[in-house]
Amino acid sequence: MAVDPLIELRDVNKYYGELHVLRDINLTVGTGEVVVVIGPSGSGKSTLCRTINRLEDIHSGTVAFDGRPLPAEGRALARLRAEVGMVFQSFNLFAHRTVLQNVSLAQVKVRRRGRGEADRRSRELLDRVGLLAHADKYPVQLSGGQQQRVAIARALAMEPKALLFDEPTSALDPEMINEVLEVMRQLARDGMTMVVVTHEMGFARASAHRVVFMADGGIVEDRAPEEFFTSPRSERAKDFLSKILKH
Amino acid sequence: MNVLTDNFSTYAQGFLGTLQLTVYASVLALVLGFVMASFRVAPVAALRAVGAAWVTVLRNTPLTLLFFAVLLGLPRFGLVLPFQVFAVLALGCYTSAFICEALRAGINTVPKGQGEAARSLGMTFGQTLGLVVLPQAFRSVIPPVGSTLIALAKNSAIAGAFSVTELLGTYKTLGELGYDVVWTFVWIAVGYLVVTLAISALFNLLERTWGVAR
Repeated sequence: MAVDPLIELRDVNKYYGELHVLRDINLTVGTGEVVVVIGPSGSGKSTLCRTINRLEDIHSGTVAFDGRPLPAEGRALARLRAEVGMVFQSFNLFAHRTVLQNVSLAQVKVRRRGRGEADRRSRELLDRVGLLAHADKYPVQLSGGQQQRVAIARALAMEPKALLFDEPTSALDPEMINEVLEVMRQLARDGMTMVVVTHEMGFARASAHRVVFMADGGIVEDRAPEEFFTSPRSERAKDFLSKILKH
Repeated sequence: MNVLTDNFSTYAQGFLGTLQLTVYASVLALVLGFVMASFRVAPVAALRAVGAAWVTVLRNTPLTLLFFAVLLGLPRFGLVLPFQVFAVLALGCYTSAFICEALRAGINTVPKGQGEAARSLGMTFGQTLGLVVLPQAFRSVIPPVGSTLIALAKNSAIAGAFSVTELLGTYKTLGELGYDVVWTFVWIAVGYLVVTLAISALFNLLERTWGVAR
């Protein structure tokens, strides 16, 4: 699959003080690939996701996107981040802006599109995630699932080359998880490159090309989902799966 | 009682002086406070150091001392300006340290995820601050900034001691003319009340329009 590597992490290490949160991470994500990262909490999966667009700094190793190492904080990094969409656990919609403005803001300010063109595109995307009727509401007026779908539309509005999902359904009520996953499944079918940190094993089985299992800051397994779920190699993965699949 | 009607032009001049000091120094304090608050949250360590030093020095210097430093110090370096301008500089810089900290407190009330979302969309530091963080911080800083500007209005009385025309200083003129000191001060107090209550009203209006909805 990984014919054309888009995201490449080489020997990445990161510490929070004494705590070694990322240990010698090597990971390549090809264009069009959907990689799901799973693991027990505190295993470093969110941190890994956030290093890809450098919301988290690393202490050693390299992260490259589209063949170029990530630049230092500044305009060059900002330009690169525009190519990498990110969806957060807590949605992070701009609280002082309407749904439509949330989706249009970066198009106008970063992509330099005209207001009219940006709004037209935003409406298309909101329609795609089923929320066009809510365009003029503020984020607080929407449910969690609706907010997260707006957040996905906002990320898509930049026409990113890849999307990062940092536990996108973990803050949602159970009945809202599926509406978000459905949007993500559709994106996967459309060939979007995605790195998804999640606890949704159903999504991993159905939509992922690869499952990356992390524990204690390191990558323990990196395999096709069917293989991983039916016959995990490591004890850590067996233990993890036995705990989450039983109930 | 007739101290006011007899000397209306003296009072009016003093009132106008206080008003000018307040308005000019407020503008200076807001602009400088805004710049320094931006510095204090900037990703560049040197800017953060400048902001921290600015606040530490100005917030911890007695205002009267600062007036001496500006009025007597700057002319030594060849900078000679009207006393009123010196007073605006001293008052504005002093208050900017407090405005800076009020703004920074407001910035800290905005959840971290808001800035992260903006940055992940490719916004620069300036865009993130200006388009996403500060507009949300603005709502929660209205009350403390209002209080700080009211303090500034009252602090402007110190300028009177440095022969700048302002409201409190009128008591000397009127005292020499033999007017009752109690009534002289009553009308001075009323003058200050007009300024401070006007600031209060302005900030109440801002809060009703922009404040955090509860």
